[in-house]
Amino acid sequence: MPALLRSTFVLVMVLLAISRPSLASEATGNGTENTITTLPIVIWKWEEIHFPYLVALWVLVSWLCKLVFQLNPCLTRVIPESGLLICIGWVLGGIIYGADKVQTFRLQPFTFFFYLLPQIVLDAGYSMPNKLFFGNLGAILVYAVIGTCWNAATLGLALWGCWLGGAMGNIDTGLLQLLLFGSLIAAVDPVAVIAVFEEVHVNEVLYILVFGESLLNDGVTVVLFNVFDAFVSLGGAQIDAVEIIKGIISFFVVAVGGSLVGVVFALLISLLTRCTKNIQIIEPGFIFVLGYLSYLTAEMLSLSAILSCTFCGVCCQKYINANMDERSVSTVRSTMKVFANGSETIIFVFLGISAIDPSIWVWNTAFILLTLLFIFVFRFIGVFLLTWILNQYRLVPLDFIDQLVMGYGGLRGAVAYGLVLLLDENKYKEKKLMISTTLIVVYFTVMLQGITMKPLVTWLKVKRAAVSERTLAEKIQNRTFDHMLVAIEDISGQIGDNYMRDKWNNFEEKWLYWLLMTPIARKSCDPIFNIFHKLNIKDATSYVKEGERRGSLAFVRNESKADVDFNKKFGADFSEMMPYIMTENMGPDHVPVSSILRDSVPSVCLDMHEQDLKMRESEDFDAHHLLQQHLYKGRKQHRHRYSRKHLEVNKDEHEVQEIFQRTMRSRLESFKSAKMGVAPPKKISKHLKKDQPQKMPNGKSADTSKSHAYGDEDLEFSEGDSASGCEAAGGSFPMRAYRGAGIVNPAFMAEMDTMDPMPPMQQIPSWLAEAEVDSSNMVPSQRAQLRLPWTPSNLRRLAPLCLSTHSNDSFLLADSPATQEGISELPPPPPPQDGQGQGTHK
Amino acid sequence: MGSTNSTLSKIPNVEELMQETGFTPAHIVRLYDRFEALDKEKTGHLRPQDFGAINRLAMNPIGDRIIGAFFSPGQETVDFHSFVRTLAHFRPVDKKRPKDPSMPEPVNSRTSKLKFAFQLYDQDKDGKISRAELLQVLRSMLEMQVTEEQLESIADRTIQEADLDKDDAISFEEFRKVPPARALRLTYQHGAFAAQGTQNTKTCKVHAHRK
Repeated sequence: MPALLRSTFVLVMVLLAISRPSLASEATGNGTENTITTLPIVIWKWEEIHFPYLVALWVLVSWLCKLVFQLNPCLTRVIPESGLLICIGWVLGGIIYGADKVQTFRLQPFTFFFYLLPQIVLDAGYSMPNKLFFGNLGAILVYAVIGTCWNAATLGLALWGCWLGGAMGNIDTGLLQLLLFGSLIAAVDPVAVIAVFEEVHVNEVLYILVFGESLLNDGVTVVLFNVFDAFVSLGGAQIDAVEIIKGIISFFVVAVGGSLVGVVFALLISLLTRCTKNIQIIEPGFIFVLGYLSYLTAEMLSLSAILSCTFCGVCCQKYINANMDERSVSTVRSTMKVFANGSETIIFVFLGISAIDPSIWVWNTAFILLTLLFIFVFRFIGVFLLTWILNQYRLVPLDFIDQLVMGYGGLRGAVAYGLVLLLDENKYKEKKLMISTTLIVVYFTVMLQGITMKPLVTWLKVKRAAVSERTLAEKIQNRTFDHMLVAIEDISGQIGDNYMRDKWNNFEEKWLYWLLMTPIARKSCDPIFNIFHKLNIKDATSYVKEGERRGSLAFVRNESKADVDFNKKFGADFSEMMPYIMTENMGPDHVPVSSILRDSVPSVCLDMHEQDLKMRESEDFDAHHLLQQHLYKGRKQHRHRYSRKHLEVNKDEHEVQEIFQRTMRSRLESFKSAKMGVAPPKKISKHLKKDQPQKMPNGKSADTSKSHAYGDEDLEFSEGDSASGCEAAGGSFPMRAYRGAGIVNPAFMAEMDTMDPMPPMQQIPSWLAEAEVDSSNMVPSQRAQLRLPWTPSNLRRLAPLCLSTHSNDSFLLADSPATQEGISELPPPPPPQDGQGQGTHK
Repeated sequence: MGSTNSTLSKIPNVEELMQETGFTPAHIVRLYDRFEALDKEKTGHLRPQDFGAINRLAMNPIGDRIIGAFFSPGQETVDFHSFVRTLAHFRPVDKKRPKDPSMPEPVNSRTSKLKFAFQLYDQDKDGKISRAELLQVLRSMLEMQVTEEQLESIADRTIQEADLDKDDAISFEEFRKVPPARALRLTYQHGAFAAQGTQNTKTCKVHAHRK
């Protein structure tokens, strides 16, 4: 609660600051009007910036409100967030009114329809569960179109009846105006509905029905509103059958036309994302701009903008998600949510603020109460009626409880309010009454029904959403079932649901994929493959996590342990992907490792390439640890370069060289001390011996060996060119070793080959253990050697990850190539002096 | 409904068949029409080629398996009764029917639907989906650019997921446990085929048009 108080206090302060524009502007006015006598050091420029400033402040205030509620989970558990936001709107409105004595801030229809609503609609469309939506499209359309018309008509007629009966006293209205009122308040509001239903977690069919209906019927209600508005302008006398037919035609043209505009824009977006590969940083921008344009275009053509935007989002999501880079997709997702959530918050706060304005309130008890009653009752009747009809055709009928929840979920919201504000006061004498009624209806439904929704759902035991983990087996079975059903339909000679779906899928695979997807994306769009990919990533992540938990560097360092674990846990998954590695690990035949790498990488890479973020974390972690041991603290810094075009972290060549030099130096020191100490028994592993004939000829002539042994690495580590600076400095071994092997290895190699200190095949479980075995100054070399034969199986998994990692992080490079080097056998042994010379040279 | 009765009278033991499968007379008639349409040579039996003549079935990746499911082992032909019996698997589950444990498992129950799907995989009828069998199905369903290696790892992974007793194969018990959510959909969709109890006239019309 103190948090709440504090935040409220902050809000009040902010508001007081805002609500004194008059004072401020006076001050500025005085300041600027005077001719300048002397150079002002600072001037007060409120007048010039007050508009954007206020907008930004309001956004901030609204979001702060949201923040405040999230700090009090016990509050949000009882009252839905939308209701709370309205409440705080009241409070803020009260403060402003108290300060200014007039309601300065109000939700303007233009702002609402052109700045706030599109984002919500686009987000709703974009994150719509596609399959579910199209699977239930028929039912959704019935609810959205017929249901809305029903609501509008019945409410209008019922109110008209009561008005004729004299229940409302003396108000100046008529049948058409009441029908108009009915139509504007008929639509269930997506903002309110989503806000409430998302918290409740009802089953997915129910959710999609309510959600889809609320989204589409907004479009319908706007169309209806326009038609009736035109009717009112024409006047009752001029309306004949022709006009009514025109009205109906225009209704369908507007709705269908709007949807088509949306589909066209969806195609456009999909096509565009096909070729934005090189400008990934603004890739997400296209989606927002084109989505918004679809809204505006439809509006310009006087088609239904909401429907247009919705369909744009629904239709393009599949293709753009496949086409775009993973990072762009998540950017789009989260940005979309930020916008939508932000607008939603602002809308609710302003719905509250708008109420604190005596000038809009006209009270007519009968009108308001009757409206509330009719809305409630007719919504239920409509839902039951339509569901009854639908259930005749539905395979899984909606049961009574679902219907109850649907009926009860008929929350009205900001769209109705926005529309009612659009009314022309000259034509509609009772505009104020309508506004007040709309506000009351919104408050009533959002607050009361919103609060009681959750207990109701619990009490009625509505089927909740089943949390099911998608497994590969499940997916495959689904696919089999789909095929089976289609086949059965074929055999029994029936054209049904599955037939249509099959046709559509064929069409989509044949043409749409070809047209709208990049070739790479086309491959990964297969659901079975997709889910396999996702599961692999999950495994990899959990593997890394497990490794980190167990001993931080287990991934790279803890060879034998990790290896065992790896084989046990993941061997089954990965053995197929890395058949070479396994054989290599057993060591019967030595395929040149570089070629193995090249071969096996693509398939693995495919599965792993999305993982770079998480993996990078772990590698970063490893690399940092590594460096922490060998570097002075002050040098160990990322330097971020600012760039509009790229997100990559800058790699500083000097820093890299510095790291290299230090490592060299410490290796040499350890080498020297080792030389003075006892040399371990000479015992070269089979592994090593085998390589030597291969590599020794190249021994000193670094350049040839480079092209031979490391050519592949250039291929694979396309980002490994950070070393180019070093390369220039000298092509002989240390440079190359650095290049291929990163920082730590070269010295290890030198030591190892000149001295053959330890048998690499020796079984030492972990490098922690080896510290005990050996004297401290020997540790690094041993570690390095140990790694050689044991890492490949681990590293093969890492290799593609490194590959796909977009980072040019020097630490990463430092580590991963080092491990790479471990695989690709041994570099020729350079004389230690050489290494030293290089080290100091640089 | 006069034509219905006349067609029904052509089918021997029709009462028994309806009893067994739960199809309504209208269903039976429709299926009989279809059967005759498929049976080009009017032998009263369907051969695999007759099924193969259905155009779109040829495009179905597991079409031949499904055709195979209509033929009991060792038999070259299928008569109308077994044809209907096989299709009866796909009738939607009757919600209204009271649970009667003494009654034998109805042919359209969830279990038998799953069993049907299971035997599509299990080609050697040993009651287990082995890795090779799964791989075959996968290969036919994933004919896209997936490499053999990837295919194999997918198969392994799948078996690993479903395999509870660690025998590297999926038994029926394991199979039916796999997709709790989607098995529902199976009924749901199979419903699609047979839910025409209500739309019967419509589908009949469609069929008539086709003829």
